[in-house]
Amino acid sequence: MKGNVIKYERDNIDTDVIIPGTYLKIHDYTELATHAMEGLDPDFHKKVKEGDFILAGKNFGCGSSREHAPIALSHSGIKAVIAVSFARIFYRNSVDGAFLLPIEVDEQTYKSISDGDELEIDTEKNSITNITKNESYLMKPFSEIIGKIIAAGGLFKFKPD
Amino acid sequence: MNITEKILARASGKDKVAPDDVVFAKVDKAMIHDVSGPGVIKVFDKLQKQGINTDKLWDSSRVWVAEDHFVPSAEKVSAENIVKLQNFTKNYGIEKHFKYGMGQYGICHTLSHEEAMVLPGEVYVGGDSHTNTTGALGAFACGLGHTDVAYVLLNGEIWFKVPETVLFKLNGKLPEHVMAKDLILKIIGDIGTDGGAYRTMQFAGTGISEMTVEERLTLTNMTTEAGAKNGIIEPDQKVLDYLTERGATNMNPIYGDDDAQYDETFEYEASEMEPTVAKPFSPENVAVVREAPSVELDKAYIGSCTGAKMVDLEAAAKILKGRTVKIRTEILPAAISIYKKAMEKGLIKIFLDAGVTVGPPTCGACCGAHMGVLAKDEICISTTNRNFPGRMGHVDSQTYLASPLVAAASAVTGKITDPRDLN
Repeated sequence: MKGNVIKYERDNIDTDVIIPGTYLKIHDYTELATHAMEGLDPDFHKKVKEGDFILAGKNFGCGSSREHAPIALSHSGIKAVIAVSFARIFYRNSVDGAFLLPIEVDEQTYKSISDGDELEIDTEKNSITNITKNESYLMKPFSEIIGKIIAAGGLFKFKPD
Repeated sequence: MNITEKILARASGKDKVAPDDVVFAKVDKAMIHDVSGPGVIKVFDKLQKQGINTDKLWDSSRVWVAEDHFVPSAEKVSAENIVKLQNFTKNYGIEKHFKYGMGQYGICHTLSHEEAMVLPGEVYVGGDSHTNTTGALGAFACGLGHTDVAYVLLNGEIWFKVPETVLFKLNGKLPEHVMAKDLILKIIGDIGTDGGAYRTMQFAGTGISEMTVEERLTLTNMTTEAGAKNGIIEPDQKVLDYLTERGATNMNPIYGDDDAQYDETFEYEASEMEPTVAKPFSPENVAVVREAPSVELDKAYIGSCTGAKMVDLEAAAKILKGRTVKIRTEILPAAISIYKKAMEKGLIKIFLDAGVTVGPPTCGACCGAHMGVLAKDEICISTTNRNFPGRMGHVDSQTYLASPLVAAASAVTGKITDPRDLN
């Protein structure tokens, strides 16, 4: 999976800035995408391209359980969010709904990758290649259950053992 | 095993579970509201297109529904979501649907305890992050997104990674001017908004035993703000009595073993607690009220699942009785049953005499959706649970989180005020 990075040098990017509360009444995924990241970066929907990745610091997606958050990002074209850590509901919503991949990296990797860098993520090898900088990093492997749900294509396609 | 482990073991048919085990737990109760409900309906539509059968719920008697986020409807999209939700419950034979404008209704988390919708020892999931609230009744209560709730509605179970538990012990009774809100803000300030991430936050100690059930609900409600999977308190006689008064029967409480393990333990001395606020723009950005910045407030808001229970309205009334508010102040009881009790006890008159506008139960302003959102640069003191940028309105508005005592005292002075410092 290849894409370019949109980096936010911030911890605790919360669901209120990913998709503000006033849009919770909207359930049209395309319309939700036009408001993605509006509370932090009003130009996001203009600059985001299909296949892009978001990179951020700790506790990405904290706050509400609104599935609108991964939906708005996913329907904007975001294929993965790379972060130092994630809030739990955002993480499981992303995986169970098969909206995007939540990729955890260490602090050093977060610092090494710059806005606009082109990356290739290989979830089988748990590696991230920075094509722009000719560097490579390790991602934190998915836990067993998360890996299985991702491989199945979401919770509804996953068959427990 | 501790209480959370024992509930998850019971629900997954295992003799023993330990942190990091993945279990499929049978769900006892599930809740959707007018935001997560239409989200679940959308998931059902997608499943139908994929050929997955959505004709029947696993058990419609275990599912209940609240209209709370976008009532009263401010525009037609919200109005249509309510109609969609009502059609859904009708089609699937869900009988427990608390409808706006038809007797008892209110914020889902408030109804969970006011209507005894969830009992001790149960596994309860809801399509809302503050589902954690109900853990104060001794249930495993956890918020989920639309896909997960849809999965529960069709299958009656869901996967969980058994969480580690952090124990918070409160020694001694909180002083008169200090509420559960001050304690939980202090805790979040200490551990941070990811300090409870993926873990259980359990509360215990003499200070918790002394606390009313409604105050305990404030603690578990805001475990969400520390990122916790669930908040929980072992149910004592107060909880059992509280639920019995609200019609509960056949309760099967679960308690932790004597040798229960906790990942970490924090102790707090009640006598050292002070009225506390969380400054913009994070619940972890706390300060004691006497050291809070001296800003000119535009609004005081007493509402939401965490700040408009009966105990919260009584606290506000204690301050507002015989006084007048200096800034725009709104009080919205969290459920109609609370509104009625407040009326019977003369609280509504106290509020109106003080100049407050009293509104209907809704999540509206707390999540910046409608019913009193903030303008650019406005500053609000609020009994709600979040203060991220734009949470209560314009992205350049500001919210200070506080107890109802502090919010009411601040409404009277127009500045952030310690209730002890009021004339």
